[in-house]
Amino acid sequence: MAASSTLHTASVSDLLAWLDQGKCTSEEAVSDLLAAIRRRDGTLQGYLDVNEEDALAQAKAADAARAKGDSRRLLGVPVAVKDVLNVKGQPCGCGSRILEGYVAPYDATAIARLRAEGAVFVGRTNMDEFAMGSTTENSAYHPTRNPWNLDCVPGGSSGGSAAVVAADEALAALGSDTGGSIRQPASFCGCVGLKPSYGRISRYGLTAFASSLDQIGPMTKTVRDAALLLQVMAGHDPSDSSSLDAAVPDYLAALKSDLSGVKLGLPREYFVGGVDADVEARVQEAIGVCRKLGAKVVNVSLPHTRYAIGVYYIIATAEASANLARFDGVRYGRRAAGAGDPIELYKRTREEGFGAEVKRRIILGTYVLSSGYHDAYYLRAQKVRTLIRGDFDAAFEQCDAILTPVAPMPAYRIGEKSADPLQMYLGDVFTVPVNLAGLCGMSVPCGFTSGRLPVGLQIMGPALGEEAVLRAGYAYEQATDWRSARPPLPGQS
Amino acid sequence: MSKFLTTIGLEVHVQLKTRSKMFCGCSTEFGAAPNTQICPVCLGYPGTLPVMNGAAVRLTVLSGLMLGCRISPYSKFDRKNYFYPDMPKNYQISQYDKPLCLGGSVEIELEGRAKKIGLTRIHLEEDVGKNLHFAHWSGVDFNRAGVPLMEIVSEPDLESAEEAFAYLQALRQILTYAGVSDCNMEEGNLRCDVNVSIRPEGQARLGTKAEIKNLNTFKGVFNALQFEIPRQVELIRTGGRVAQETRRWDADLGQTFSMRTKEEAHDYRYFPEPDLMPVALPEATVAAWAAALPELPRQRRERFSREYGLPEYDAKVLSAEKGVGDYFEKAVRNSRNPKAVSNWVMTDVLRILSERNLDIARFPIEAEALAELVELAESKAINSNTAREVFGILMQEGGTPGAIVAARGLAQVSDAGQVERIVDQAIAENAKSADDYRNGKSVALKFLVGQVMRLSQGKANPQMAGELLERKLKRG
Repeated sequence: MAASSTLHTASVSDLLAWLDQGKCTSEEAVSDLLAAIRRRDGTLQGYLDVNEEDALAQAKAADAARAKGDSRRLLGVPVAVKDVLNVKGQPCGCGSRILEGYVAPYDATAIARLRAEGAVFVGRTNMDEFAMGSTTENSAYHPTRNPWNLDCVPGGSSGGSAAVVAADEALAALGSDTGGSIRQPASFCGCVGLKPSYGRISRYGLTAFASSLDQIGPMTKTVRDAALLLQVMAGHDPSDSSSLDAAVPDYLAALKSDLSGVKLGLPREYFVGGVDADVEARVQEAIGVCRKLGAKVVNVSLPHTRYAIGVYYIIATAEASANLARFDGVRYGRRAAGAGDPIELYKRTREEGFGAEVKRRIILGTYVLSSGYHDAYYLRAQKVRTLIRGDFDAAFEQCDAILTPVAPMPAYRIGEKSADPLQMYLGDVFTVPVNLAGLCGMSVPCGFTSGRLPVGLQIMGPALGEEAVLRAGYAYEQATDWRSARPPLPGQS
Repeated sequence: MSKFLTTIGLEVHVQLKTRSKMFCGCSTEFGAAPNTQICPVCLGYPGTLPVMNGAAVRLTVLSGLMLGCRISPYSKFDRKNYFYPDMPKNYQISQYDKPLCLGGSVEIELEGRAKKIGLTRIHLEEDVGKNLHFAHWSGVDFNRAGVPLMEIVSEPDLESAEEAFAYLQALRQILTYAGVSDCNMEEGNLRCDVNVSIRPEGQARLGTKAEIKNLNTFKGVFNALQFEIPRQVELIRTGGRVAQETRRWDADLGQTFSMRTKEEAHDYRYFPEPDLMPVALPEATVAAWAAALPELPRQRRERFSREYGLPEYDAKVLSAEKGVGDYFEKAVRNSRNPKAVSNWVMTDVLRILSERNLDIARFPIEAEALAELVELAESKAINSNTAREVFGILMQEGGTPGAIVAARGLAQVSDAGQVERIVDQAIAENAKSADDYRNGKSVALKFLVGQVMRLSQGKANPQMAGELLERKLKRG
């Protein structure tokens, strides 16, 4: 029997087993989780909003349903949600001032699917404004701290979700990943973060940053939990034309404890220096573990890798410049006072409502689409994007999955890179190619630096290759014990 | 003084007849209270995504087929970026370089001369909302936001205001025939941007054009051109230059006014809409749609002449409007006298429609009832005066002609014995007229027939009465 004061440290799979066996109730689990949040989140600041009463009411309802024989897949399981997703009746602020006062009138499809399986929504997690950033420092509200070192950033943009999962303030959370925003914070905080293939999970209800790159994904304590949440959220949605109409395989069945017969590729362009020595060492050790598990490791080449950052910041900002045009103070959210005409209303509302990084990207995106520059930037970037996709197509003919670091460095100090956006952009070098090519990728904890900061191993798979990624991640995770490591937080039990 | 040539190109925005909007399930019904036909998608709420209404694509392609366009096997949508309060997303989903239809033409006829006006393209886009201005504030009605709009762009083939007017009429006729739009001007189903330039005769290069935006009546297009063409001519004659600019037509003042110059023109920063997949139209799909196309107005005109033996004039009048042609055909199917039906439709039905400004769909007499009336008259069951009387009753009270004739005893008396008795009475009561006729005053017969009709309360078969009178008076 689980002690009720440690329920918040459970994985989703553990909690489901306990609920199933009657060892605890959802109400107990949620109460314990809320207590942990109260103890710690003042320091960590991973949440923007916690719905205590509502979460407890949902938990009680789940317990009542279970008592009547309800056995839905996530019945009574608390989940935290990044502030970028629409949850009916709750604010959806995207970490921005400009959406102040906006209350979502509908559920995102991913939320609706989790809700239909009985999940309990605990609260909304902090993020870089409109998912633009790699540190969560761009939140209009407050930065979030890295649970392993409170002076460090948790990564971003899904830094709130990563931090609360790593700190046992959530059993699982949802993030969104446009260029690494699930994987990089998962790596920085030491949790599992899965970015599914483009189109695997409906984007309906995910406030758009860059429509051709955005994906929702789970951030969890274990690979099994990531598979479980993906299973529920994946699949075609008629409300999202870009969602893939492909059968959803049994992801849990893909989890095996060995890697015999699996070919793993190492792209030489990702191992060329410039990576933190500890990060490089941990990734190499992880590759060794995979070899021992029976994987065959082969070298592959992704020759257009060096263009990925440039291409990404052109395409992502171009799409963002249009996607964020709707925040104008006319229909919802913040409206600047005292404007005399529409142009002034737009200018003032957007001046007051958006932060510096968002403005920088809107201006960049507007520029690359402008008449006279469109062909040289936007069109050229689209062509190079096709080449990058081609690189991966060729590489995946030689292997089932690709292993790389998630980020060239571990978590850095709050404020360290905020003055130099370009340095921060370069930190996305290993994650953006996956988005550009529409692939899936996962960050799995693979140890610590000498300064006791987590390091993530990135496992990339082809489009709709989640089974291969999950299998490799699960086998590696089971062969190591990084998942039981816990950050030394005040109030830790 | 040198002569000037006029060059006009039109961009016509046509509201497609779909039940729901282009990217969401909201109704497209006209006239609802402001902001009652809206949802998170057509309001551009965070996180919402567009889903293509297949009917809008099909109706655009049908229009293209009717207008002889090439249908693109691969087409895509783009975002057109600009800020305006009536635009929920501050970008409009439109088509930039891969429209659904390319080429095609519209045939117009002016003073008996036929001319083909080329089309550049037809593309599909979403409509915006409507700004409403009050004394101290403004509002936006988003009911119309997201309604599918088809934009038909003509080549600069039009050379006068009259040609532009004829083009719009021909276009409307074809689009209503295709059933793709109601083309109801009052409901804003058809809106028009006009590009016009002039140049001295003999100059090959086109002059600088002005664009007159957002005209919502054909008359407005005509009047705006009637003003704008002389304005440009006058400018050039007096040594001035036409500015490349956007102008606005003020119908009350009867003038165009400058709105913005080229320097102030928008950079729309088009790029492919990542939220929608490209539209692939396999040949088989287009072929299946083409097979189900309604006939063109011209084809119907020819068929009416051929199939019903109608004079060319009748065929043209009856096929001008699809609804009228449909009404005629429905009536003709229940009748053995196409020409008689044609006469009734052309004179009585069309006259009433025009007098009362009615649409044929709201005409009170069903086509079947009109056919029955024509049959009664043609078979001499009632005479022509009675037929007119029954038509009036049908207009006011409805019912069926047979029942009205029976109930009111209006049937024509064609029984020889019965008519003979009345004829005898008429002769007896009008001996002088009878004598006049016998003495060669043939006009007197007409009077006597009139007396027979009076005595029979209009029911006697007038032809029979005439013959009987003639026979009896000659014999005497």
